[in-house]
Amino acid sequence: DISSQLLFFLTPFLVFVLDKVFCSSFSVSKFLQISVTMASRGVVLLDFWPSMFGMRIRIALAEKGIPYEYREEDLGSRNKSPLLLKMNPVHKKTPVLIHHGNPVCESLIAVQYIDEVWKDKSPLLPSDSYHRAQARFWADFVDKKIYDGGRKVCSSKGEDQEAAKTEFIESLKLLEGQLGDKPYFAGETFGYVDVALVPFYSWFYAYETCGNFSIEAECPKLIAWAKRCLEKESVAKSLPDKHKVYDFVLHHYT
Amino acid sequence: MSGTDLKLLGTKESLFTYRIVWALKLKGIEYEFVEEDLFNKSPLLLESNPIYKKVPVLIHGGKPISESLVILDYIDETWKNNPILSTDPQERAYARFWAKFVDEKFYEASIKAFFLTGEDQAKGVESIAEALQFLEGEIAGKKKFFFGGEAIGFLDIVVGWIAHWFQFVEEVGGFKVMDSMKYPAFDSWTKNFLEVPVIKENLPPHEELRRVFQGFQQMGLAAVGAKE
Repeated sequence: DISSQLLFFLTPFLVFVLDKVFCSSFSVSKFLQISVTMASRGVVLLDFWPSMFGMRIRIALAEKGIPYEYREEDLGSRNKSPLLLKMNPVHKKTPVLIHHGNPVCESLIAVQYIDEVWKDKSPLLPSDSYHRAQARFWADFVDKKIYDGGRKVCSSKGEDQEAAKTEFIESLKLLEGQLGDKPYFAGETFGYVDVALVPFYSWFYAYETCGNFSIEAECPKLIAWAKRCLEKESVAKSLPDKHKVYDFVLHHYT
Repeated sequence: MSGTDLKLLGTKESLFTYRIVWALKLKGIEYEFVEEDLFNKSPLLLESNPIYKKVPVLIHGGKPISESLVILDYIDETWKNNPILSTDPQERAYARFWAKFVDEKFYEASIKAFFLTGEDQAKGVESIAEALQFLEGEIAGKKKFFFGGEAIGFLDIVVGWIAHWFQFVEEVGGFKVMDSMKYPAFDSWTKNFLEVPVIKENLPPHEELRRVFQGFQQMGLAAVGAKE
């Protein structure tokens, strides 16, 4: 109807005005929730394009064929939107999945949420509880080791960088060992651990260039696995170009 | 209810081990507790958790599971009586989010506050206060006894170590954290939690825990001293 269409188109302007006038009042947040929900049948992803964590959610949503509204937060500008601050007051970070106006924060938690809500299509977690535990363990390992590990490689120099590289490769080798000769971490089907790890592949070129080393030389099976994942449309369309990522790293990490 | 070949590798001082004890006891599951010596780790522990070499580890039918939050999920999925997690995906995501928050922010802040000195310690204490403020908001907002509602659940079990830890902090750590005026809802939660029979009957022995904390603190201070 006319009023909801009008609301949709005027949203950005009205948000700007209301934000200036009312700051973080109840009326602005309620308004935001309504506009957000209407925009996309209830699913919105607040994200930042180079974020590996955001990529995980993009992949999960694509795997399940769920339409959603993608909203870019420019974390570089240090100007966090009122919506982000409302939806993730604790960490004030992206990605945030918003479903029917309710936020789900933390990428692996959001991926599990997606798997539980849309459980009939392309399940990401295995059905057996022991294998689910293994999947959760290894996704958690990726969270603990790979982000900080890669970051250290990019932001350190000299001896510190050498140490960072060694540690990073060790972590990747453990993952490679876990993969073994299987096509994907859980076996024949693309799943949870693949979703958790493959976004980092878009950052490998940046890590390699910063650290002057080749990940493929150390972990050939892992690279083969990543390329296999990239043959899937859900992955290919969720990962940014590696050169763009490298440019981003140059401007923000070094 | 038997766990048929269910072992829990842990220590009596490990507050993370207690999460698993509480979950198993709540569900009435029988298991064998294998006490580990963390200064002399058993081959079984090293084999079962080669990545982190830490407790707790649950071994079910010879298959090991590590990381307390992963173990809790496993237990809830395998033994479906007295569920600790809701079936609603949004509530599950909520519990998992706050569990992660406690394990990361709160735990990190505690390490700083407890084992460091000076400015670093002050930062740790400040982070704890911030974290407590969030937890206070959540439990106050629920208007129920526990994070799980009328009965304890996943998040209560995860946050549980804080309830017990507070008792030692002022004594051993020498700094004040819990202020029942500032955090009345969380204070009530702490008292209610420690009164739940399964929890009350399964708490680490006070004296031993104090000794361990003091020991860690000495180690921490010595390490800091050695660095400077």
